[in-house]
Amino acid sequence: LVHSKDSKKDSKTATRSPTKHHTGETIPLIRRDPSHCQRTGFSPAAASKCDWIGPPDRLSNLRPIIYHIPENETPLERTLRHLRQDTEDWSHEFWTNQNFTFSKEKEEHVRSQLSSKGLSERDDDGRKRTLSSEEMAVFYKHFLDKNMTRHASYNREWYGRNFTITLLMARVALHNTWRTLTGQTRGTGREKGKST
Amino acid sequence: MYKTPCSRLTGVWKCLLRDGLLGVSVQQRLIANASRSHMSVRSLIQLCRKNQTEWITFQHFCFLKRQYVKSSSGLCQRAGPKQEPVASVLDDPDDSVVSQVQQIPALKPEPEAARAARLEARQWKELKVEYSDLPGIYARLSKIKLTALVVTTAAAGFAMAPVPFDPVTFLMASVGTCLSSCTANSINQYFEVPFDSNMNRTKNRPLVRGQISPLHAVSFALACGIPGVTLLTLGVNPLTGFLGALNIFLYTCCYTPLKRLSIANTWVGAVVGAIPPVMGWTAATGSLDPGALLLGAFLFSWQFPHFNALSWNLREDYSRGGYRMMSVTHPSLCKRVALRHSVGLIGLSALGPVLDVTTWTFPLVSLPINLYISYLAFRFYHNGDRQNARKLFFCSLWHLPMLLLLALTCKKRHVPQDEAAVAPSTPSLAL
Repeated sequence: LVHSKDSKKDSKTATRSPTKHHTGETIPLIRRDPSHCQRTGFSPAAASKCDWIGPPDRLSNLRPIIYHIPENETPLERTLRHLRQDTEDWSHEFWTNQNFTFSKEKEEHVRSQLSSKGLSERDDDGRKRTLSSEEMAVFYKHFLDKNMTRHASYNREWYGRNFTITLLMARVALHNTWRTLTGQTRGTGREKGKST
Repeated sequence: MYKTPCSRLTGVWKCLLRDGLLGVSVQQRLIANASRSHMSVRSLIQLCRKNQTEWITFQHFCFLKRQYVKSSSGLCQRAGPKQEPVASVLDDPDDSVVSQVQQIPALKPEPEAARAARLEARQWKELKVEYSDLPGIYARLSKIKLTALVVTTAAAGFAMAPVPFDPVTFLMASVGTCLSSCTANSINQYFEVPFDSNMNRTKNRPLVRGQISPLHAVSFALACGIPGVTLLTLGVNPLTGFLGALNIFLYTCCYTPLKRLSIANTWVGAVVGAIPPVMGWTAATGSLDPGALLLGAFLFSWQFPHFNALSWNLREDYSRGGYRMMSVTHPSLCKRVALRHSVGLIGLSALGPVLDVTTWTFPLVSLPINLYISYLAFRFYHNGDRQNARKLFFCSLWHLPMLLLLALTCKKRHVPQDEAAVAPSTPSLAL
C-alpha cells in the first residue's frame, strides 16, 4: 500500500480559484476535471483579498490554504503561488498516506496479537480490546524502521521546498515594497498573461 | 451542466454574508435520495443566480469531492443526524477502509464554551496577521516558557561564577540569551510545520495555524538573533557570543533535522541544554573554567531522565510523525540511559567541592533529591510503564531548579583578589 509518492507529481495548481477574477459576471460554472477540483469545497467571498486557511484536514492533519490571485499577478507571485500549492498538495498526499498506513497497520497488528492470544477483537461489553503499551511499542518501532528511507527523503524535499518558498516570499515582498516606494502601480492584467 | 460522480450530498457549506462574519460554517444536512439531491443542487443554483453579490461558484459543489470520498470504496447513508455539525467518518460496512486520525468524540452534551471553541477551530479564517494577537503569537513562536527556563539556567551559571556580581553584565547576558533562545525556537518551529501539525502536543503552534507566514517567522527569528548574538559578543564578551551562536546552530541545524534521522538527536539536544549555564559563567568570568563545564554537565545529565521519561508516553505520536527517538526504536537503551544519568547526577554533585564551585555541604544537601530521582529512574528502568515515566518526568521538573538553588546557597565564597596572591585557592580542606 505504501506508494513511493515522494517525488513531485504534476502540478494541480492551475484551477484553484476562478472566483477572483470577476466583476459582476454570472456565476461561472466552469467545467473542470474532477480530479483538479477543490477538495475542500470552500470558497471565500470574492471581495476578500486574503488567502484563507482552513481547519486541519481529516486525513493529513494539514491545513489547506486557498490562495488569492491578485488582479495583476506578477510572474514571481505566480511562481510562488504555484510552488506553495504544489508543496501543499504533495505534503497532503504524503501525510494522508502515512496516517492511513499507520492506522491500518496498527489495526492489523492489534488483530494479529489478539488472535495469537486467542482473544476476540471485542470483549464482553462490546468494546474493542486494546493492547498494552509494551505490545504496541513493538509495532511503533517496526513502523519507524520500515519507513525510514521514505521519511528521510520527505524530510530532504520538505526542507528544500520550505526554504525556496520562503526565499520567493522574501523576493515578492521586496519587489512589492520597491514598487510601492517608487510609486509604481500594478499594470493592467491583460498583458500579464493568464494564470492558468 | 455540472455533473457529479457522486450523487449524494453529505453536507452543505454555507457562505455567510460578509457583514462582519469572517467564517463559514458547515451545516450538516441529509439528502435522502438522488432526486432530492438534484433538486437541492438546482435550488442552490437558482439561489446563486438570484443573488449575485454572493459568489457561490462551482466550488460549492466540489465539497462532494472530499478526500475520503475518493479513497473509500463505497458510501453509505447515515442512519441518523450527527450531534456535531462537522462531517465525521462514513459508515463503511467492512470497517477496514479509511479510519479517522482523530477520535470521534463521545455523544455527551458538552459545555457551551468548549463547543463554541471547537466550532471556531473548524472554521476557515483569513490568512492575515492580527496585530493585537502578535505578542501572544511571538510568545508561542519563541516557546516563551522554555526560553524562561533557559535564561534561568544561564542566570544560575552567572551567579555561580566566583567573581563579584556585575548587574549590567548580568542583564545583558540574560537579554542576549533570551533573544538567542527565541531565535532558535522560532527557526525550529519554522522547520517543523507539517510534523507539528500531526502531533497532538504541537498542533496549535502559530505557524501550523497560519497565524503568521513562514517569512514572518524567519524575520522574527533574525530580528531576535542578530541583536541577541551581537549583544552577547559586544556587550558581554566574544566567547559568550560565540557560545550563543553555536547553540543556535546546534539546535536549528543539528538537533532539529536529526530528530527525524537518528536517536543521536537526544545527545545533541542535551548539549544544547548544557550550553546556557556555561554561557552564564563565561559571561561573568570571560573564560571557560572547569566550574562552567561542571554546571553544563549537570544540565547535560539532567536532560536524559527528563526527556526520556517525557518521550516514553509519546511513542505513538513519534512513530506516526516519523521521529526517531530512543523511546521508540531502542526502548531498553532509553531506560538505561535515564538511570545512568540520574545516578551520574550524584557523582557530579560530589565534584562541586572538588572543582571549587561549591562547599562540601552541597553533595550532602543535594543527596536526598538526587537519590529520589535516581530511585524513580530505577523504577522506570525496572518497570518501564507509563506511570513511572510520568513520575520521573514530573520529578525532573522540580529537581533541576532545586539543584541549582542548592548549588547557589552552597556556593564557595572566594577570598578577594588581593588576598588571593597570598593564599592561593586550593581545593577545600574539608575534603
